[in-house]
Amino acid sequence: MSIKKKYFQRRHIVEFLVKTAMRIALVIVAGALGLILWTIITRGLPSLSWSMVTQIPKGGYYMGKEGGILNAIIGSAYLASGGTLLAILLSLPIALYLKAYLGDSKWGDYVRLALDVLWGIPSIVYGAFGFALMIMLGMRASLLAGIIALALVTLPIMTRAMDEVIRRMPVDLEHAALALGSTKFEVAIQVVTRQMLPGIITGILLAFGRGIGDAASVLFTAGYTDRIPTSLMNPTASLPLAVFFQLGSPYPEVRERGYAAALILTIIVLIVSLGSRLLASRLNKYTVK
Amino acid sequence: MSEIELTQVKVEGRLSRPSTPSRITADRTARRAFFVITLFPILLILIITVALFVRAMPILSTYSLTDLLFGEIWRPNNGQFGFRPFILGTLWVTAVGIFLAVPPCLLASIYLAEYAHARTRAIAKPILDLLAAIPPVVYGVWGLLAIVPFVDDVLAPLFDRWLGSTIPIFSVTQPTGFGILAGGIVLAVMIAPLIISVIFEVFATVPNDLRHASLALGTTQWQTIRTVVLPQVTPGIIAAIVLGASRALGETIAVLMVVGNVPKVPTSIFDTAYPLPALIANNYGEMMSIPLYDAALLGAALVLLVVIIIFNILSTLVLQRFLRRK
Repeated sequence: MSIKKKYFQRRHIVEFLVKTAMRIALVIVAGALGLILWTIITRGLPSLSWSMVTQIPKGGYYMGKEGGILNAIIGSAYLASGGTLLAILLSLPIALYLKAYLGDSKWGDYVRLALDVLWGIPSIVYGAFGFALMIMLGMRASLLAGIIALALVTLPIMTRAMDEVIRRMPVDLEHAALALGSTKFEVAIQVVTRQMLPGIITGILLAFGRGIGDAASVLFTAGYTDRIPTSLMNPTASLPLAVFFQLGSPYPEVRERGYAAALILTIIVLIVSLGSRLLASRLNKYTVK
Repeated sequence: MSEIELTQVKVEGRLSRPSTPSRITADRTARRAFFVITLFPILLILIITVALFVRAMPILSTYSLTDLLFGEIWRPNNGQFGFRPFILGTLWVTAVGIFLAVPPCLLASIYLAEYAHARTRAIAKPILDLLAAIPPVVYGVWGLLAIVPFVDDVLAPLFDRWLGSTIPIFSVTQPTGFGILAGGIVLAVMIAPLIISVIFEVFATVPNDLRHASLALGTTQWQTIRTVVLPQVTPGIIAAIVLGASRALGETIAVLMVVGNVPKVPTSIFDTAYPLPALIANNYGEMMSIPLYDAALLGAALVLLVVIIIFNILSTLVLQRFLRRK
């Protein structure tokens, strides 16, 4: 009897220990987020100023003189929205084709595998590929090249996000539409896209957030300049690279402004991320469960 | 009243639809167009590989592959292109990152999948999403501001005192904090959300009946997980870790900022390293001025691409099989 009791006690102790270890692990992971935000905010806030977000770099900005990084903020907005737009043009048809014609078939799995592989390809490789392509075509670093590189980076993210929601659509809805005599294409455009609007928006914002923060793919392709681009053929600055270059400066005040730029980038990305969540839950009201 | 009007507009809209034959033509055209676009992802993988291969060709035809991959000396000016320090640097940083990330990720994801309240999950998911959304360069800034000083002030003296003299990989040779350990810590945090969410999904594929059957026999929850659930999902967990490793292999900016970037074969986790992605990113400016330099760098990108594609295909195939079970 006492042996049995001892055994019972031991396994409950193990249960308790394991559970505690798991809770600690979760706290560590969540704490990492807090730590990152804390570091970025406390170090970035002191040098954050209004002129940083409203002015382009004046002469000698990178030696600690007047100016701001408006060029990088606008450049990043151009790059990310251009890349996202280009990616939507490709990913929406792919996601709809996967749903309407491939479904869970073998070919559907091949396309999904290809998308997952593309998702895994690091953005520096997309950057290098974009660079190789630019040399072959005789192009220079430009907004357009950056947009294309970013579209390639965000395409798989967006498509897989859309695909995941579209797959969860109730089959009855599709059958009902088909039974009324619509073609598969009409179902895809008029039923699936409306039903899946929240998922599609989430996918788009997810990709936008990734695009605005990605540095490695635009490093070769978009170049860097102090001016705000006026055409697709101009090189353009981007926020992640602005952070990166300012941190590499030997002047402490420029490095401080790099921290502030990182804070600006973090705020933008967090707004996009939280916004997509909010928007998705709002739009969810209009879908058939 | 306004509702009736609305309905009427809608009915009129229906009536003005195109006739059936043109709708079928539209369906057919759309299907063909969408089919071509759907082939694009598959083609893109081939195009990227071929383009990098073509651009790397000059160096691949000048030196043998073994010379390139195992050559120890990197002096592009003298025509010496040995990738060994970079390949080993990449492997070290990735290994340290995975080693640090896996235990907490595994525990946290089991907790979320098996123990946690719906409320805890609802809190944890946005946190993980935010962690995944933070841009690499911000992770780099964090590494620079928090991790590098932490390694320098706390970890390095600690390890040096207790382990440095007995185990060489813990000896401190580099007194600045920049190095493999700092890179590994930053990487571990970066890949954590990915690993946790994939392992969580894998756990969700195990049918609840199995858990209930085991619990009904009087086991504790942990005994059920250890003896019933874990054996079923082990391949999925390994796939999740491989996926995390491939993400870590290619991470560029964040690692570049904290790892020191000295082209030397590392021997301790406190050594500096120079991973392949950092090599590519750091030298894009000058690579056109030295012969074969751009071919060497695009060759490095090719090496990275091939390894990552293999990792990705393996882990994705395993995971696809798992997730279809659901």
